[in-house]
Amino acid sequence: MNILKIIARTLKSLSLYELIIGLGLTGRYFFSRKITIQYPEETTPQSPRFRGLHALRRYPNGEERCIACKLCEAVCPAMAITIESELREDNTRRTTRYDIDLTKCIFCGFCEESCPVDSIVETRIFDYHGEERGDLLYTKEMLLDVGDKYEDQIAKDRSEEAKYR
Amino acid sequence: MQPILQEYFPAFADTIWVLMKIVAIVIPLMISVAYLTYFERKVIGYMQGRLGPNRVGYFGLLQPIADALKLLFKEIIVPTKSSKALFYLAPVLTIAPAFAAWAVIPFNAELVLADINAGLLYVLAMTSIAVYGVIIAGWASNSKYAFLGSMRSAAQIVSYEIAMGFTLVGVLMCANSLNLGDIVAGQSGGILQWYVWPLFPLFIIYFISAVAETNRAPFDVAEGESEIVAGFHVEYSGMAFAVFFLAEYANMILVSVLAALMFLGGWLSPTALIPDGIHWLLIKTAALLFFFLWFRATFPRYRYDQIMRLGWKIFIPITLVWIIFIGAMMQTSYNGMFH
Repeated sequence: MNILKIIARTLKSLSLYELIIGLGLTGRYFFSRKITIQYPEETTPQSPRFRGLHALRRYPNGEERCIACKLCEAVCPAMAITIESELREDNTRRTTRYDIDLTKCIFCGFCEESCPVDSIVETRIFDYHGEERGDLLYTKEMLLDVGDKYEDQIAKDRSEEAKYR
Repeated sequence: MQPILQEYFPAFADTIWVLMKIVAIVIPLMISVAYLTYFERKVIGYMQGRLGPNRVGYFGLLQPIADALKLLFKEIIVPTKSSKALFYLAPVLTIAPAFAAWAVIPFNAELVLADINAGLLYVLAMTSIAVYGVIIAGWASNSKYAFLGSMRSAAQIVSYEIAMGFTLVGVLMCANSLNLGDIVAGQSGGILQWYVWPLFPLFIIYFISAVAETNRAPFDVAEGESEIVAGFHVEYSGMAFAVFFLAEYANMILVSVLAALMFLGGWLSPTALIPDGIHWLLIKTAALLFFFLWFRATFPRYRYDQIMRLGWKIFIPITLVWIIFIGAMMQTSYNGMFH
């Protein structure tokens, strides 16, 4: 009995049965649909909650939203945000400096969560880059520019998400 | 062409003629090697649900050229404590036999560079020399990974050389000749006359040994990137590394051509209805090469002791038994099937 089993096992391994099954599997995959996404031409779907490059938003009248409460600076776990503020002529507090060091940022989204006026937001942009040292230190002007450029998309994503918040 | 050469360079005509034939073999070989790397990446990509290279040129067809240019322009770093002369000698010693063996490969009944009688013996000798390149590379690098890789490779190639040699003994018994052209001629008369049928176990063992001989997956412990970084060529960079790569792929093509010649009837067509020709040899070789890529996409790497067990305890006994079986059958009235 035992010997028969050994003979059967030996014959099975000599027939390369398992190996041929394996070759059959990869052979089937050879003709299967390819799941590669060819990035610059194709992209994966993104959630409206996507956390990418930061932006500073404005109100529709052009006034910047940020009131320099510094909650984002306080909550930032990577200490990537630096804010300096002053009192403007109309007695409102505004930032004179709002820097985000994107090389420090971990894209946790806490700054966006903490913001009482929805000023600092994270957009869907993920394919930005810097070519020189310091290129990824985003200043207030750069962040406002990003906000101006993508305001439509930002506003749409916020309104879509509003019902879950 | 030959008469023109005779007229203008009577002294060197033969030399130039042979050199031209060598170029006519080596250039297509180099191109096939380059495109074998491309097809390997494509085939393995497809088997893994990916697309493979498709950016450089149409369908990525210029990828191998881009890779070769990149490697050409890179620096060849020589480790400080390496043995310099041997370090440079090793890639040469690896690629030279891989190309030299092609001298006796017949592409059809007339198309052969050197139609020598001991052709098969010459091929075996050349493929055996290639192992020195690997050993010297590992030794000259003065690196423990390279050394381990070369030791593994040496032991593996030596043990599979024996199994491979025995399978070829079966072919010799059938063909009664060491001349590769005669071996193919002995298989004429349709697909049923090919040596793959009476020698089927030997064909399987030859092919698996060939995979092991060329250090390909699943027998690539000599490289073993997960264990010993890159094995024997870990210290090589730039074109010196590319030469090892080239030799590996040239050897793959060589063993596939040999398998096609010795077991699958070389340039002979499967039926008498379709004419023979070099295209049959190319088709058979390409089919066998596809299996090399298929194996690499399918099988996980063997453990080192498993490789040794397979070579010594399984392949060598089976080949010996089958050789004796063939020898016995040749004495019976069924001997017609072996001639």
